[in-house]
Amino acid sequence: MASPPEAAPRTSAHSNRLVAWLDERFGWEDLLAPLRHKTVPVHKLSYWYFLGGITLFLFVIQVLTGILLLLYYRASANEAFESVQYIMTQVQFGWLVRSIHSWSANLMIFTAFAHMFSVLFLRAYTKPRELTWLTGMVLLFLALGFGFSGYLLPWNTLAFFATKVGTEITGQVPLIGKPLLIFLRGGEEVTGATLTRFFGFHVALLPGITTLLIAVHILLIQRLGMSVPPSQEAAWKALPPDKREMPFFPNFFAHELMAWYIALGVLGALAALAPWELGSKADPFVPAPAGIKPEWYFMFMFQTLKLIPAKLGPIDGELVGILGFGLVGLVWVLLPFLGGDRYGRRQVFIRGLGVFALAYMLSMTVYGYLAK
Amino acid sequence: MDHAEIVTRPEPARRRLMQVLLGGGLLASAVAFLYPVLRYLVPPAATDLGGDSVVAAKVGDLKANSGKIFRFGSRPGLLVRTADGEYRAMSAVCTHLNCTVQYRSDVREVWCACHNGFYDLNGRNVAGPPPRPLDAYDVHINGDDVVVSRRRGA
Repeated sequence: MASPPEAAPRTSAHSNRLVAWLDERFGWEDLLAPLRHKTVPVHKLSYWYFLGGITLFLFVIQVLTGILLLLYYRASANEAFESVQYIMTQVQFGWLVRSIHSWSANLMIFTAFAHMFSVLFLRAYTKPRELTWLTGMVLLFLALGFGFSGYLLPWNTLAFFATKVGTEITGQVPLIGKPLLIFLRGGEEVTGATLTRFFGFHVALLPGITTLLIAVHILLIQRLGMSVPPSQEAAWKALPPDKREMPFFPNFFAHELMAWYIALGVLGALAALAPWELGSKADPFVPAPAGIKPEWYFMFMFQTLKLIPAKLGPIDGELVGILGFGLVGLVWVLLPFLGGDRYGRRQVFIRGLGVFALAYMLSMTVYGYLAK
Repeated sequence: MDHAEIVTRPEPARRRLMQVLLGGGLLASAVAFLYPVLRYLVPPAATDLGGDSVVAAKVGDLKANSGKIFRFGSRPGLLVRTADGEYRAMSAVCTHLNCTVQYRSDVREVWCACHNGFYDLNGRNVAGPPPRPLDAYDVHINGDDVVVSRRRGA
């Protein structure tokens, strides 16, 4: 981001006859006006503004590769594994499309988490951006739902047991747990009925809700403008001439495009050099294989549940863990409402909480991979 | 006073009635749409219970100090032949989070790979997160068959 041009070289729109044609009919230029007025603050932390956009880009990749996979995938317990095998071995570039879909899913969850923590630490979530945070948190949970439901679709052993464990955990929630488990599994057990349900969630329900929420999230960002970190805000207040901004379109957008291109490069390299494995077909009548582990983004929860003893007093240790994570998740969603003023004392506490959460997640994840 | 108001201004009361009828009608149709959807989401109950006993293996299938998974209805069961040659059978569904357990000949215990839970050969949870013992089954030899059956009243 070395010395970006300060003013957008506005293309003379009417040189383009198509634009003129559109403009004459429904005021194309008016439609673009808000985009032209939008600016992005330029400071040493500006890089963090890219993360949301990269997450969005990866979501688009997911939609496109997902549509391609749908051309060959079959959602039934007898055919799912074979159809993915067919995609991986027979369909031209099928291995690449599936690998990109899997890698992009993982990168998307990573960038979404990074985006969330950056927004937290730069205090961008405080008033007036409570709803942006709220929609963002729901989107993060939806991304995890995408990960969980998509993981089952190849119907391999790892996915089968991951789904058993994951749905069993929801089953332990008091009162609504059992009906929820039946609803998710499509019965008492994880069977082909679970697969068709998860398929429906993964390709119809979740994409629909997610698309809608992304629209709201972006609309809110557009409406509220970019948040400036408090330290930068103070520096600019003290020395107003230092304040720098760049137009969103095309300047910041061009930078963002570069970031997307890099993300695409990373994605292509990962997918080509480390194609996603398929494993062995799920069989309900074989034991869970030794060394079974969940996806990395569930690892910190997995490891925590593993460490909690079977009984804590009269209560199942499992239940304590599940309720604990549920409570923390709820507090996290409500942070902007609990944190009070942007410059208040509570923000120091929340930053500590964020550092602790990040450290906890990282160390538990590492521990989970090292532990037997 | 209410009465007087109704007499002098009949319109609001009539309008209110219309609103109640309209609102009630819309609500009733919403319920009529939603109820079948909610019922549709609940899967039909599975009929298969698989009976109370099953042939889990043939005599001679299992070496001493080894185990195998067998189908017990729609769920897996675990048949273990102890180092002494004795047969034990129990549910193979871990009481922790539903994974399928296996027999570990090295430690001579039943092990769940998902969260490192251990059970003894009577199905008692002895280490790790499992909160309850595995359901133990009865085993008897019938000719060439190793027959596993649910315990009565257990």
